[in-house]
Amino acid sequence: MNGRENAISESAKHGFDVFNTKGLCVQCHAGWNFTDDGFHDIGVADDDIGRGKVLPGIPAVMHAFKTPTLRNVAQRRPYLHNGSEKTLEDVVRFYNTGGQAKRDSLDVNIKPLNLTDQEMRDLCAFLLTLSSNDKPVTIPTLPND
Amino acid sequence: MNKSLLFSIAAFISVAAFAEDHVIKQEDRQFSAQEITVKPGDKLVFTNCDSVTHNVFSTSDANPFTIKVQKPGEATAVEFKDEGVTEVRCAIHPKMKITVTVKK
Repeated sequence: MNGRENAISESAKHGFDVFNTKGLCVQCHAGWNFTDDGFHDIGVADDDIGRGKVLPGIPAVMHAFKTPTLRNVAQRRPYLHNGSEKTLEDVVRFYNTGGQAKRDSLDVNIKPLNLTDQEMRDLCAFLLTLSSNDKPVTIPTLPND
Repeated sequence: MNKSLLFSIAAFISVAAFAEDHVIKQEDRQFSAQEITVKPGDKLVFTNCDSVTHNVFSTSDANPFTIKVQKPGEATAVEFKDEGVTEVRCAIHPKMKITVTVKK
């Protein structure tokens, strides 16, 4: 692969390994845009049934919400569908404990991950590399006619 | 044995004899076909070749079904009895779609 070997830190490189292996992140945050465009119950402890409102006959999508992209994730806090986690570190800890709510619809990949403190720091370092300093886009005005 | 009973038995044997299984893989969060035409009584064998779970279902008037959560490696056969068009989706990954046309 072309590119600068030192473009990101060693910690971020290790975090990418964690992302793809022990952290299970890639199971949903997959592909070039870091999302499978799917809906998952990640164990947020609230009463919002999410996708379950659209497909009430499908237990697997109760409490399920769409996987967001991770592009520029550092600039889009707070996190999770209800904004309950304030920082990236909070989100990583949330996943490391296997979420909060235990119910039948919980995605199979939401379970205690046993990440070390260093692995969680590395994962955050990797997530920070997904942000860029893009120039703000001016929203065009549509013609009236 | 009356004629209608004989006819029914013959018809059942005929359908059973020619019913086919068609394997539809779920791979890279896509079905292996976007559309398929089958005969009444044929089965689609939905096979999860991904490393993630899927939940194939349909709410179409013809042949509604759900096979619930399907883990990696699992295969589930679904019989399509009714003539018509059945739109099949994955509830977890809505971009996965296959249109099943059932006709004699």
